[in-house]
Amino acid sequence: MGNVGAKETPILLTPDGRRIDGRLKNELRPVRIQAGALRHADGSAFVEWGHNKVMAAVYGPREVHPRHLQQNHKAVIQCRYNMAAFSVDERKRPGLDRRSQEISKVIAEAFDSVVFAEEFPRTSIDVYIEVLQANAGTRCAGLVAASVALADAGIPMVDLLPAVAVGKVGGEIVLDLKKEEDNFGEADLPMALVPQSGRLVLLQMEGHMTEEELGRALDLGVQGCRDIYEKMKAALRERYTLTPIAEAAR
Amino acid sequence: MKPGPGTYRVGGKVYASVLGLLSPQASSVEVIPLSGRYVPKAGDLVVGTVTDAQTTFWLLDIGAPRWAPLHMTGTPWKVDIGETGRYLTVGDAVLVRVESLEATGRIGVTMLGEGLGKLDGGTIVRISPARVPRLVGKKGSMIDTISRHTGAKVAIGQNGRIWVGGSPEAIQRVSEVLRLIEENGPRSGLTTHIENYLRATQPADRPYAGPSDREIAGPGGFASPDEDARDEPPAPPSERL
Amino acid sequence: MSEEVAAEIRTTHILDLAAVGKRLDGRGPDEYRATSIEPGFVVTADGSALVRIGTTAVLAGIKLEPGKPFPDTPNAGVLTTNAELTPLSSPTFEPGPPQPGAIEVSRVVDRAIRAAETIDLARLCVTPGEKTWVCYVDLHVLDHGGNLIDAALLAGVAALSHATVPAKRFGVAEADYPLAVDHLPIECTFVRLGEAIVVDPTFDEESAAQGRLTVATDETGRVVAMQKGLVGAFSPDDVRATVRRAFQHGDRMRRLLRGGSA
Repeated sequence: MGNVGAKETPILLTPDGRRIDGRLKNELRPVRIQAGALRHADGSAFVEWGHNKVMAAVYGPREVHPRHLQQNHKAVIQCRYNMAAFSVDERKRPGLDRRSQEISKVIAEAFDSVVFAEEFPRTSIDVYIEVLQANAGTRCAGLVAASVALADAGIPMVDLLPAVAVGKVGGEIVLDLKKEEDNFGEADLPMALVPQSGRLVLLQMEGHMTEEELGRALDLGVQGCRDIYEKMKAALRERYTLTPIAEAAR
Repeated sequence: MKPGPGTYRVGGKVYASVLGLLSPQASSVEVIPLSGRYVPKAGDLVVGTVTDAQTTFWLLDIGAPRWAPLHMTGTPWKVDIGETGRYLTVGDAVLVRVESLEATGRIGVTMLGEGLGKLDGGTIVRISPARVPRLVGKKGSMIDTISRHTGAKVAIGQNGRIWVGGSPEAIQRVSEVLRLIEENGPRSGLTTHIENYLRATQPADRPYAGPSDREIAGPGGFASPDEDARDEPPAPPSERL
Repeated sequence: MSEEVAAEIRTTHILDLAAVGKRLDGRGPDEYRATSIEPGFVVTADGSALVRIGTTAVLAGIKLEPGKPFPDTPNAGVLTTNAELTPLSSPTFEPGPPQPGAIEVSRVVDRAIRAAETIDLARLCVTPGEKTWVCYVDLHVLDHGGNLIDAALLAGVAALSHATVPAKRFGVAEADYPLAVDHLPIECTFVRLGEAIVVDPTFDEESAAQGRLTVATDETGRVVAMQKGLVGAFSPDDVRATVRRAFQHGDRMRRLLRGGSA
């Protein structure tokens, strides 16, 4: 990610344990999830996570295009993670670069691990993620948006898929890196959790951590995922809230 | 407790697999989806659009995960091989019944049966398949109300595609009612709300006609759930049941 | 390949309604859908706006970067417009290279911005022949409920109106400054449905349309761009009538752009 301005490393952690935006080490940025944000998709969600803004839409299960991707015993899950040209400081050329293609692949595989895809042989479930404004952690925000969109689309699955990144900043393990922490920190560890089983279906790591630090990072990430999970469920409940019609009209 | 539709079991516990309304049955538990594509069931009446004409069959978009083939022998016509396009072409609307479901996901449909066939005139309005029970209402009460007040002909596809025939004005009023149902799906008091709308928009020159010669292609084998019983809190996937 | 095939009887119904002056969504032929502008939607952009027209949503983002002027216009800045019909926005869009539809949207929007002299390209020039600002207008279609061209230009103009030139960040000047916007072009699109001509078509109406006509006007009384699209034809009198209506709509949208109510 381009960062044309500040070249000097900012103070990432104060002596009293506050981070660059005042958060504590185990604190998430503010997260707001709106289920059903688009009108023409089978399912959709909009996620504002710190300064990230991510829209996700799901179409399907539907006929597979291109046809040769069709699988006889299950639905194929296709994912496209894309960043809008204006979503980052330095304009990004439109289209999928190698990073976007890799992220698309690991997200598709994460969902393939929880969707009951065998219920829909020879179909496609298409997951589209558009990052509109990026500030570190877009793959996790995108995955969370897409997961809510999948539930909104009525897709059967083992569970919702909360995700969060843990990192190492100023020698400390911290939850949910923002951009400066991601740029100048020592490590980044995004993960997605299946709360029902307690297992991880997306896990990547960049940077360096000791074995002991990694152990703590995993615990912190799982806890962060569980917090995100509650927000995802609340967003879906809100979309399908059962209020009497007279009240809704007011 | 047995896992019914919309649920799965792991380690003796039953979890929801879809976003829906919890519906406990006598010996099992079920989650009724609140959203999603049409899941075909054998015997369902559905409204489809022709998307392709092949040598011996047509492919229909019925809003299901896959296009449904309608074989030429499943029609009341004597179709010659390669002549399918003379009977139905891309964009034609049809009322058919789901006949068979295969493990491959193939959905067999037939046009043989009373009231089935090509739909001429009128229009198709789409609602979420999850809203179809609402449109039917308790023992068909909702759809009765709508047809009585508007004089429109209505064929309800279980796939959420509703064929509406009649004057442009009648079609417009039914479309508006369908929009109300779509936007206010899981809410109580919907029937009253819609009756009020219909009364308020009743044209002076064509007063309420009463339950006369309406033609409704009713939903096949559909058990309309009790409206109030559905007003349970939604259960997201993996919610412990 | 599009999965969605419009039912023929639905098209016929749209045409039947139009013949008696009615529309599927209850609007009159001359009625535009509710329109909203949310400027500053994306802080990573130098200017942005989310525009909604009915169920259509288009997000525009502006990016300004120093670059080289074209050899044949050494004193002018560079303006580039790009539209993406994202696969989120419609069941009929597939991921892949830009479709002709997306290219048409960006070209028609680009022509209106350019011809109206929305921004003075000469003022974007830093050092003639060597250094100029390159202004990117990226249009992201998020929800396709019809009439993308009007929504895209409105989003683009709103985003330009709120854009900042990042001069400090790129070391071109001591401080950032607002991008000067001189004119406000607004597009107004019509489709023919049988003998009727309706404004601001929905997706379904575009599918049923026998011709689409877009007229862009600015606040000085100029027509600055036009585009006839889809299969179908318009008479010169049709065109005259739509131009008149386009000016009315343009005035309304310009009030909205300036922060007033339409």
